[in-house]
Amino acid sequence: MPKNKNLNKILIIGSGPIVIGQAAEFDYSGTQACKAIREEGIQTILVNSNPATIMTDKGIADKVYMEPLTEEALDQIISKERPDGILAGFGGQTSLNLAMALDEKGILSKYGVKLLGVNKESIEKAEDREEFKALMQEINEPIPNSIIATNIDECFEFVEKEGYPVIIRPAFTLGGTGGGIASNKEELEELCYKGMENSAIGQILLEKSVAGWKEIEFEVMRDARDNCIIICSMENLDPVGVHTGDSIVVAPTQTLRDKEFQMLRDASVKIIRALEIQGGCNVQFALNPDTGDYIVIEVNPRVSRSSALASKAVGYPIAKLAAKIAIGYNLDELNNYVTQTTSACFEPTIDYVVVKFPKWPFDKFRTASRKLGTQMKATGEVMAIDRNFEGALLKALTSVEIQCDGLCVPFVTKLDDEKVISKLKNCDDERVFCIAEALRRNLLNVEEIHELTKIDLWFLYKIENIVNIERRLREEPLTKELVYEAESKGFTDNEIIEQSGISRSILQDIRVYNDIYPVFKMVDTCGGEFDAVTPYYYSSYDEEDESVPSKEPKILVIGSGPIRIGQGIEFDYCCVQGVWAIKDLGYEAIIMNNNPETVSTDFDTSDKLYFESLHVDNVMDVIKRERPMGVILQFGGQTSLNLAKGLDSRSINILGTSYKNIDLAEDREKFNELLAELGIAQPKGVAVTTKEAAFKAVKEIGYPVVVRPSYVIGGRAMQVVYSDIELERYLKEAVSLSDEHPVLIDQYIQGKEIEVDAIADGKDILIPGIMEHIERAGVHSGDSISVYPNYSLSEELEQTLLDYTRRIARALDTVGLMNVQYAYDGEKIYVIEVNPRASRTVPILSKVTGVPMVKLAVAAMLGIPLKDSKYGTGLYKKSPFFSVKVPVFSSAKLTDMDIALGPEMKSTGEVLGIDKDLDKALYKGFIAAGMNIPTEGNMYVCLRDTDHDDYTAKILSDYVKAGFKIYVSPDTAEFLEKNKIPAAVMDYDMAEEWIMKHSSDSGEKFSIVFNTPAVANRKNTSSFPIRRKATDRGIPVLTCSDTAKAFLMAISHRQAGDRLEYVELNMD
Amino acid sequence: MEKHEGIIYLEDGSVFKGKAFGFTGTAVGELVFNTSMTGYQEILTDPSYKGQIINLTYPLIGNYGISDIDNESPKIHAFGLVIKDLCENPSNSNCVKTLDQWLREQKVPGVYDVDSRQITKLVRKHGTVKCLISTEGISIKKAKVLCEAGSLRGDWMKEVATIDKYVIEPDKGFKEKPLNVAVLDFGVKGNILNCLKARNCRLTVYPYGTSAEEILAGRPDGVFLTNGPGDPEEAVEAIEEVRKLIDLKNLPMFGICMGHQVLALAFGGKTYKLKYGHRGANHGVYDKDTKRSYITSQNHGYAVKYESVILRGMEITHLNLNDGTVEGMEHRDLPIFSVQFHPEASAGPNDTAYLFDKFVKMMKEDQDA
Repeated sequence: MPKNKNLNKILIIGSGPIVIGQAAEFDYSGTQACKAIREEGIQTILVNSNPATIMTDKGIADKVYMEPLTEEALDQIISKERPDGILAGFGGQTSLNLAMALDEKGILSKYGVKLLGVNKESIEKAEDREEFKALMQEINEPIPNSIIATNIDECFEFVEKEGYPVIIRPAFTLGGTGGGIASNKEELEELCYKGMENSAIGQILLEKSVAGWKEIEFEVMRDARDNCIIICSMENLDPVGVHTGDSIVVAPTQTLRDKEFQMLRDASVKIIRALEIQGGCNVQFALNPDTGDYIVIEVNPRVSRSSALASKAVGYPIAKLAAKIAIGYNLDELNNYVTQTTSACFEPTIDYVVVKFPKWPFDKFRTASRKLGTQMKATGEVMAIDRNFEGALLKALTSVEIQCDGLCVPFVTKLDDEKVISKLKNCDDERVFCIAEALRRNLLNVEEIHELTKIDLWFLYKIENIVNIERRLREEPLTKELVYEAESKGFTDNEIIEQSGISRSILQDIRVYNDIYPVFKMVDTCGGEFDAVTPYYYSSYDEEDESVPSKEPKILVIGSGPIRIGQGIEFDYCCVQGVWAIKDLGYEAIIMNNNPETVSTDFDTSDKLYFESLHVDNVMDVIKRERPMGVILQFGGQTSLNLAKGLDSRSINILGTSYKNIDLAEDREKFNELLAELGIAQPKGVAVTTKEAAFKAVKEIGYPVVVRPSYVIGGRAMQVVYSDIELERYLKEAVSLSDEHPVLIDQYIQGKEIEVDAIADGKDILIPGIMEHIERAGVHSGDSISVYPNYSLSEELEQTLLDYTRRIARALDTVGLMNVQYAYDGEKIYVIEVNPRASRTVPILSKVTGVPMVKLAVAAMLGIPLKDSKYGTGLYKKSPFFSVKVPVFSSAKLTDMDIALGPEMKSTGEVLGIDKDLDKALYKGFIAAGMNIPTEGNMYVCLRDTDHDDYTAKILSDYVKAGFKIYVSPDTAEFLEKNKIPAAVMDYDMAEEWIMKHSSDSGEKFSIVFNTPAVANRKNTSSFPIRRKATDRGIPVLTCSDTAKAFLMAISHRQAGDRLEYVELNMD
Repeated sequence: MEKHEGIIYLEDGSVFKGKAFGFTGTAVGELVFNTSMTGYQEILTDPSYKGQIINLTYPLIGNYGISDIDNESPKIHAFGLVIKDLCENPSNSNCVKTLDQWLREQKVPGVYDVDSRQITKLVRKHGTVKCLISTEGISIKKAKVLCEAGSLRGDWMKEVATIDKYVIEPDKGFKEKPLNVAVLDFGVKGNILNCLKARNCRLTVYPYGTSAEEILAGRPDGVFLTNGPGDPEEAVEAIEEVRKLIDLKNLPMFGICMGHQVLALAFGGKTYKLKYGHRGANHGVYDKDTKRSYITSQNHGYAVKYESVILRGMEITHLNLNDGTVEGMEHRDLPIFSVQFHPEASAGPNDTAYLFDKFVKMMKEDQDA
């Protein structure tokens, strides 16, 4: 059936804030869906609370509502917009759950809105464990022995029958929240309780573990005519037991014979047909490598992270096609986007191999457990393409930015033998390096490693190939053949130099004289069978180069790599905006990136896409081929900015702020001097390299101080330190993090934090808006609630900020984007940090002010002055709306992470609350962030000594006035008593008990925990379990007085039953 | 293992130097590419590849080794194998030997570490290309001479078909009387026979060119025309006997690939050579009858001319979604149908196995009538 003619207006639900298990892939799929629907002449209405997304940008959907993804908001928006249909399959579990709720409440039927692409029955059949089990039995598809439990006794009974280990999976969650493998009674109890709480319907699945089997995935599509196609098959290097999001994944499958492959293909097709899904679906299997038996593990009845990966892996835009199917098309009525002449109803075949490698946040969360299991912990991922597995794996490793040039890494070579072997047994993020190390040291052979890990021998032999090349580099003379062999198997120059001990210049000579450089091959979905027009390339050492550079002047934009804490899709937004701006200005735009989840790596975003590692070697290969007039590094966050030095030293033209000035801004000492010259204040600070110097410095500056290593992303290993003991402890851990760079000790300014983003053209600047933080300085800007426009700063202060920013921009000769963080202690403004690049706030400010910041930045880089644009220079006019950014944390996934706010960034995503009223905007922000806003109940209070002040006392008495009953920890009791705040004293143990009873009917529980810890990131502090357990149970935990104050505003609105207005985002 | 140089020489003079594996030798044949990502063992043992040198587009080959259970015929029919990356340490519980070992045993030369994608694109550009593969270190000059001297044959179906008639009993477990199917062999794939015997067919497989009279003397319930290598127009004897079969008795008849083409020619239709054929496991085919599309396994260099058969009582039932070529036909009045693709899969998807059911149903209806 062709397009359904009755659809004139469609509402699309986005996925909301980025959390682990639901990241940038849904910006990609949502953007594709919007475009696919809109090009059919159908009006698109988008609802998404996430301001960092490209989909919420002007020009993607016809109308955007940046509003909380709640039933109430959607009800109001639907009643206003009256769409004909709703697309809920493109915003992950969030949008699916929301659509289900809307359907259940009768909201969809009330307004006659059709649920497109998915239907309630298929979702239920796929996601409700019991129904899924019944369906699989009906169609004779094998599933593991399992039960669905809603109470703990059922769990005990099952284990008695089946034995340990068992896998626990909560129903209706994302990224396996609350799941895990239990090997004993304690683990079983903990996981079952947590699972039942995490499940939207209080259900968990207990199943017999098939850990050790091969994990295979199929991405399937189906249309209303029942046509089914497989888009991509994937094989996990890590066998069943590690969440697929945390596994190294390879596409296509490598170790399956055709008959095994077809057996699983047939099963996938059977399943998608039984579920009657119209669109995309992901089916996961476990395959017993010895017997060939398989079981169906899971089905995702929608586009997912895997489908984003599959789309990029084979070049087939699943989300786009799924959207077309949702509005009535059949697959055989559509063309393959890549060839444009052949049918979309075919199965992509590829002539390369793809490796996906996860990006984990363990560098940030030193206290979080690194063990990998059934609960996903990765925040993002990279993908690499090559014509051999070794090359794809090594490219993937250099893409994840864990400071490695290959498989031989110091953080593993320094481990003792025992540790290496134990890391093989207990999978963590370093396992692949330990496999190589075990082979390198001859600790174990390939078969023995297979016994320990159950990783298929095929993968282990390939890793052994890499180790053997390392050995040859160390032992054999460096011939051109050996250099070619190493380069073609993905070795970086650094690694070859490191292993062989030769100099860089000799290696360069060998490469130049023997022309040992990669060629670029096209991703074309068809293995070269048809002529394709996709401008989508990857490098490989082979004969023919298919990437023919055009004669047009061109600009290369370097992407931001994998999503991680501190560097999320905001930077992909900037890169994509940058590409569009370059095209608008008449240049050819080329992008290089390695993240399969993003819009930037969609093949129709730029004129040319190089899907590559962003290692300087790979960047130079592309530059060598394309000869761009310049490279833009300031949009891809710290990832691209870190390339500045390497590219500058190779005489590559960096557009915008020069390397010299980037370095000036990032080098503390030089920058301090500059600010002193400009007469702009900054916190007193010094860089120290020894412990003695640190203590001496602190004596001069005085506690509290902020300590951090130099060159940081997202405030890694940054901390506010109040005493000598803490400083001592910090130095022990942090210095080992980064030996090359000194530790910075700064005076901690206790005051307001202000964030300014500016565009500079070398002469003038434009500040689209000033953002003021709710939390005081010391809480990382990424984790604090921030408000645009500023609400408490005088005009005079605004002028000072403008003046400072302008002077800094000029001094740094900034061209393009710049971000400055200020602190204001009530008297003086201090500069805390200058980032000579795009920041996290660029997409937010662009949207709420209507100033196209990236576009202006690109124009400035290309010599078009700011004053020529209609936005002018100076401080841009304020919007009549307040926009409040509220951070969102993935604490439910990172089970040992301390959720207390501090100078280290912990949030994974953010939402925006927009309203004319600041209070209401805050209220909306909290709602959008998914906080449970209570109207009554008990509050547990325990505060660090430095918070025993009048300010906090006032907040507490306001909570009492609002009707909350306060329980206080013994060490905080005196403070409350002194301030005459009625409270009952309760020790930690009792408080913990109450927290554990949270979901019971008992009155002995808390609706809020207000705890400001003395030291964050320390599991052994007495209040850590309170924070952690409360978070696990969905109790709001406030770890800063300022947050507590803001939260009370939201509470009072809820208490008053205020109705919120949900309005279209339109800042023109 | 010492690595010799292996070369691929194309008649247009292009030379690809890679590494040798498999048998040490030289062969001349038609260069074709196959885009399937799995099933190299099935492909190599498919008799339809007789006389051809196969370039596999998927670069990592040999990953799961060679098993005892995946052959489509007892030996390799292809003349040579060209790949990018050879797996020397395969992994699969059914693996009994490596691809390299097997090619050596079967006396088939292989070359790896060449730009197989570039070769694919050359075939796409030139269409049929004569090519030489050598793993014995011959000079380019010699390669040129040998390549020019070699000729491409179109009559391979006569050579690969069985020499003697033989019978295959149906699978056990059926209560009903089996259907007798006469299989006209042009180089049959094992899985076609498996698909039929699994549907309670007793198969009598006849050598190439068996007379219609002899076939009918066996009192078959239906006739099956197999796949096979070469140019269908060269199957003169078979075309003639099939024409007689149709004239003598209106038996249910089902043809696959070469069988489909022979059927078309027997009806007076025409076939033509495609520029570079369809070889892979991912082509979408539209079935006009069910209005559905299926993913099919394909291996053919020739196709049936659309107009040439519709005037001869045929209805076109299946079309290739990519290029609109004829993928299947059915007679308007007679119980005769055929497809260009491979419903027996192997290698490839099983989506169109329903066609075997259709054949069985036809035979049963014919019996009842």
